[in-house]
Amino acid sequence: MKELKILAVVVFFTLLTYWGVEPYAHSVMHPHVESENFAYNDLKDTGKKGDAAKGAETFMNAGCIGCHGVKSQGMPAPMDPIAAAQSFGVNPPDLSEAGAIFDEKFLSALIKNPAHALKVEHKFTGGRQHPMTAFYGLGGDIDQEVADIVAYLKSIAPKAEEITPKMAFETACGRCHAVHYDNWTQMGEKPKFKYKKDELLYDAKVLDYQDHLTKYMGKLPPDLSMYIRSRGEHYIKTFMENPQNLLPGTAMPRVGVTAESAEKVLEYLTEVGDSKHAERDSVGKKVMIYLFIFAFLAYLWKQSIWKELH
Amino acid sequence: MAHFEKAHSLEEWLDQRLAIKTLRRVLAEEYWIPKNINFLWAMGMVLAFTFGILVVSGIFLLMYYQPNVDLAFDSVNYTIMQEVEFGWLWRHMHAVAASVVFLIIYIHMFTGIYYGSYKKGRELIWISGMLLFVSFSAEAFSGYMLPWGQMSYWAGMVITNLFSLGSLELNGLVEWIRGDYVPGQAFLTRFFMLHVFLLPLVIMALIGLHFGTLRIPHVNNQDGEEIDFDEEAKKYLAGKTKEAKVIRFANDFLSKDMFVVSIFLIFYFYLVFWHFDFAMDPINFDPADGLKTPPHIYPEWYFLWSYEILRPFPKDPGLVAFGFAQVIFFLLPFLDKSPNVAPASRRGIFAVWFWVLLLDMIVLTVMGKLPPQGIYSTIGLVAAVVFIALWILLPFITKKEKAV
Repeated sequence: MKELKILAVVVFFTLLTYWGVEPYAHSVMHPHVESENFAYNDLKDTGKKGDAAKGAETFMNAGCIGCHGVKSQGMPAPMDPIAAAQSFGVNPPDLSEAGAIFDEKFLSALIKNPAHALKVEHKFTGGRQHPMTAFYGLGGDIDQEVADIVAYLKSIAPKAEEITPKMAFETACGRCHAVHYDNWTQMGEKPKFKYKKDELLYDAKVLDYQDHLTKYMGKLPPDLSMYIRSRGEHYIKTFMENPQNLLPGTAMPRVGVTAESAEKVLEYLTEVGDSKHAERDSVGKKVMIYLFIFAFLAYLWKQSIWKELH
Repeated sequence: MAHFEKAHSLEEWLDQRLAIKTLRRVLAEEYWIPKNINFLWAMGMVLAFTFGILVVSGIFLLMYYQPNVDLAFDSVNYTIMQEVEFGWLWRHMHAVAASVVFLIIYIHMFTGIYYGSYKKGRELIWISGMLLFVSFSAEAFSGYMLPWGQMSYWAGMVITNLFSLGSLELNGLVEWIRGDYVPGQAFLTRFFMLHVFLLPLVIMALIGLHFGTLRIPHVNNQDGEEIDFDEEAKKYLAGKTKEAKVIRFANDFLSKDMFVVSIFLIFYFYLVFWHFDFAMDPINFDPADGLKTPPHIYPEWYFLWSYEILRPFPKDPGLVAFGFAQVIFFLLPFLDKSPNVAPASRRGIFAVWFWVLLLDMIVLTVMGKLPPQGIYSTIGLVAAVVFIALWILLPFITKKEKAV
């Protein structure tokens, strides 16, 4: 009994110290940021229902393919990534999957006013323009035209369940962030090269791309290989839905993904940065079973010896 | 040379050459332990076990770790954690054990203080234990550098800066320790050597010494009772085991040790598999960046109390206070003037001193992690002053203590 009391005292002071240096210190240093549930409540819902067929026409007439590729529809990107980064700072995304990965309301807002939807207006003051030209309409009801374009993008996009974690990551994050634990560069997956010279040429291209990106963003966006460990799920999720909440004034745009795509991005980052999490769990359970048996036998051994001593 | 008869068993053969029977008798069977000690006395065995885990897991990590500023981070976080089979297990075992070992050391130390196990005759047990604490601290610090993450780098910067000794501005000394103006390759390689070779060697030697210091004064007991070990051992050997105040180390106390170790291992492996993050600062999963300071720089939890004694004061007094905190525990046997070897609960005002010290160190630990602003700075300053005052008061309050 006395030993249990002593144990309780030891456990109490251990937990008190733990509470102070972990949850408490964390809550002071990193105030909790509530998730916005990817609702994009600050953006207006026009209530218009889009027509995909009309949208296809509007999409072509609006000149979207002057900068964006839509590979799935046989429209390759008009510029290679480096030339694009040189002109725009970053390679504009291919829109084949955009309709499935990005939120509908966000896409509409983005087409009409990119800097506003991306929450980067603070970067484009004093006459500086966001590299994506806003769509001013073709003369009809602009809200209807935008809704049509979005309907078109949704009609050509794969179904949500066909989007893999990596696809979600590529479209949402992969043009600014490298993930070198997955061989991912801002220009795409690094191929295998037979000759060192070819590899060096490729690496030089990536460095070129990064230079343009650095100039555009103010700093090279970080490699995300270990972000699942260094930031944790909650931070990444709330950061993705609105970077300004956690890092006011950051150059990182709001990505505009749906809640589902955000989960996929997280899944991808977990697979890259913490690939053994399933193994850890299963081995852990076995080790625990072993240890409980060990403790039980140790207890019996102690009892058998100590009954002669007391 | 001695005369050798033909041996009839392996044991006998070894006994002729190594005297293993005598060794076993002296080290295990007739190494007498008081009967009235509780599970806190098993912390030594828990520590030995944890140190074993650290050595073994460390050897496996050493096979893949690269002590190079460009490769170190990825060799830990990619090669070991993801490519090597079960590399993640060794790494988590190593990191968690490194943190947990300090929890057990602190429990072990406070047990010693509570029961007066450092007093007359047992001073060397205390001092060798404190030397172990210091070498474990150096071992932990040098190990923390190796993954070359953000906190590794900046903690290395801050701690080595202390060697400029404030206003003395011995910057040459700091550069000499680092081998560079800032932590770099020379710094990493020498800390690697310290961590994997020199310091473990020192620790092993000190563990030997620490065990040795126990042999003559024997371990203390729950009541601080002076036991005639020869007399009690005779009773035990005569078969009066229930009456004797002593027991054998093996297997009597060892069986209890092993039970405590098994409970400890459940706790430890729970942390390894499901809560390893408590021992690993997330900031250290960002690669070292000499151009970007983390918003808050703080050491691992087990150094926070002494860091908080440094921080709330101006530069020079802070360093003096920090130095004071590092050496004062060594002097405990000489600052406690009371003749009593008894649990703190029976020593009057000393009991107050003990619990205030414990709480004060917890307050310092918590404040050491928080940003040094507003109320936290004030609480930190008060706690640091209380810490120093407690040690200055100790000789006076113990001198007046009545014999119990």
